[in-house]
Amino acid sequence: MEVAAVILPLIGAVIAGLFGKFIGDRGAELVTCSLMLLATALSVPVFIEVALAGGQRHAELFSFIVSGSLEAAWAVKIDTLSAVMLLVVNGVSAMVHVYSIGYMHHDRSIPRFFSFLSLFTFFMLMLVSADNFVQMFFGWEGVGLASYLLIGFWYDRASANAAAIKAFIVNRIGDFGFALGIMGVFALFDTVSFEIVFAAVPEKSGTLLEFLGLELDALTVLCILLFIGAMGKSAQLLLHTWLPDAMEGPTPVSALIHAATMVTAGIFMVCRLSPMFEYAPDALMLVTVVGASTAFFAATVGLVQNDIKRVIAYSTCSQLGYMFFAAGVSAYGAAMFHLMTHAFFKALLFLGAGSVIHAMSDEQDMRRMGGLWRLIPWTYGLMWVGSLALAGIWPFAGFYSKDVILEAAWGAHSGVGSYAFILGVASAFMTAFYSWRLLFMTFHGKSRADHHTFEHAHESPWVMLAPLVVLAAGAVVAGWIAYDWFVGEGREAFWRESLLVLAAHDSLEAAHHAPVWVKVLPLVMGVGGIALAYLMYIAVPTLPTRFATALRPLYLFLLNKWYFDELYEFLFVRPALRLGRLLWLGGDAGVIDRFGPDGIAAASIRLARRASALQTGYVYHYAFAMLIGVVVLITWYLFLQAR
Amino acid sequence: MEIGLYHYLTVAAILFTLGIFGIFVNRKNVIIILMSVELMLLAVNINLVAFSTQLLGDLVGQIFAMFVLTVAAAEAAIGLAILVVYFRNRGSIAVEDINLMKG
Repeated sequence: MEVAAVILPLIGAVIAGLFGKFIGDRGAELVTCSLMLLATALSVPVFIEVALAGGQRHAELFSFIVSGSLEAAWAVKIDTLSAVMLLVVNGVSAMVHVYSIGYMHHDRSIPRFFSFLSLFTFFMLMLVSADNFVQMFFGWEGVGLASYLLIGFWYDRASANAAAIKAFIVNRIGDFGFALGIMGVFALFDTVSFEIVFAAVPEKSGTLLEFLGLELDALTVLCILLFIGAMGKSAQLLLHTWLPDAMEGPTPVSALIHAATMVTAGIFMVCRLSPMFEYAPDALMLVTVVGASTAFFAATVGLVQNDIKRVIAYSTCSQLGYMFFAAGVSAYGAAMFHLMTHAFFKALLFLGAGSVIHAMSDEQDMRRMGGLWRLIPWTYGLMWVGSLALAGIWPFAGFYSKDVILEAAWGAHSGVGSYAFILGVASAFMTAFYSWRLLFMTFHGKSRADHHTFEHAHESPWVMLAPLVVLAAGAVVAGWIAYDWFVGEGREAFWRESLLVLAAHDSLEAAHHAPVWVKVLPLVMGVGGIALAYLMYIAVPTLPTRFATALRPLYLFLLNKWYFDELYEFLFVRPALRLGRLLWLGGDAGVIDRFGPDGIAAASIRLARRASALQTGYVYHYAFAMLIGVVVLITWYLFLQAR
Repeated sequence: MEIGLYHYLTVAAILFTLGIFGIFVNRKNVIIILMSVELMLLAVNINLVAFSTQLLGDLVGQIFAMFVLTVAAAEAAIGLAILVVYFRNRGSIAVEDINLMKG
């Protein structure tokens, strides 16, 4: 059953990808969507059996690599952690598939799109159901590939290609860290199987690693390397630049890959490797600091963006930061909890934004929207649900998960925990502010769209709204249903061996004993953010401009995303291009080509020219040569005879 | 004076040399080259017949000479045909002009 849930998307991808021409657009949609829905339906009993009833499923399909002591198998290993991911990935993916039928209605290459979507789902499932590092890495790279293909789906747009390449390259940096980490794990443990590695971690803790004369704690180094991989995939600070650009892809892609599933792979990985990270407290501190900084940074940038999808993209980045610092303070359950609720409400927000964009004839700039709520009331209502969940307003899903994360950060009682708590609370305020800024700018006030677009604004078809309703239901109820399982009293019975938290690090326990002000603060911040947004965009609409003029340097700093892109352009991209140009003109064209292919070709031309000068073309010259030849031969023959 | 093998061979050698010089010295006409080739073949024929009658006393050499004559006739026909076509195409069969193979 769990194997079917993993393999079905691949079958859908292959059918739609290879036979798309024969079965047509409608056929590709039907095949992939029905297979995805079936996979989702299969994940539910798996989830119930594994996560709730306390089972464990482990199917080794066949072996992948066997080389000396390096053994990796294709496996479907379902414990609670994988079961949660299985349900989330398949569920959101199925919704996005259905939604895409409506959204991609006008597109020219529908089978390709659905094939890529299903392929992505398959790779993501391979990642979460791995029982060893190598298969995880396979899934990891696979989702990267699918992400690249889908960001660049509209390959006739230069910007889409640039964004796809950027995403790929930035992810490569992270993946390099991940690969080094895996090699390090193999060097240290002599195996890549999770089970054996995790069992051996306690005895290996404290092993030292000598590198460039420095003595480093081996586990810490490994965990940091692996975390670099997670940073790339999950768009954490320093490696985050690809995520906003990835919004060049179609909106369903942003919802599935760049909000709900792929970008959370990093969090999943840290949680999956919790038995390693628990023994590397320094690495956990790094995770916390990076996560908290990202949450804060992305929230500040989100405040001033004008593209509706970019606001949500930065919001995703920020929420991923929350998940990381939750994992960093050992509240892995809380991280997974937020991952799950976030998947619902962020997919909802993205698909809602897609619905808005669809209604506005592909307009994405919020400055040219406004007053839409009468025209697209369903989308409007669903966006409210998503935003309420994102801002963490009771009783929506985000309230439970965000609260528990902040409480856990507070409950860690450490320096980095407090750092994360303060930045997290500040980000919660900004999250609420930019969410309502988005709502107000898009749906309220007077329309700033041109007349024609506004006239044509229309509600999306039911095939797009139905998935939104499902996701909205998730965004409303997922929090209080799953609270007890993920982070509440039942968490140990729920997670069992899939997460490991050392007793000394149990910040979730501390979270439950947090004082009232800690529990209420995020909610207050959320409401405060909404109120400020109301004040600035509804009550006194001149305020934003006044702020922007008064704090112009700050405004520009945020609008340009802290100048990260410019900095990287200056530090890495240009030198890389210059180096490339040097190697191209100096090395390749100057040395290799000159003495290699080009040189040999020129030499043979010169030689041939000299040889061809022998050919006069006159018959009697040839006859003469022939005669000389005959004479020489005969002479030679006679001399041989004479001897 | 008894006409012997040596006389035959001498005549054949003279004819052969004439043929060679005909090829080298002639700068005017390709037909002359063709004729020179025929001349050389005839010289060889004389050799064949002479050896056959004077030295060996069997008919093989003479039969061989008949073959050579036949082939030479065919060759002359083809050669002339080529020349005719060549002239039609290029308007000249002067040896100086035929150097298409010049490198």
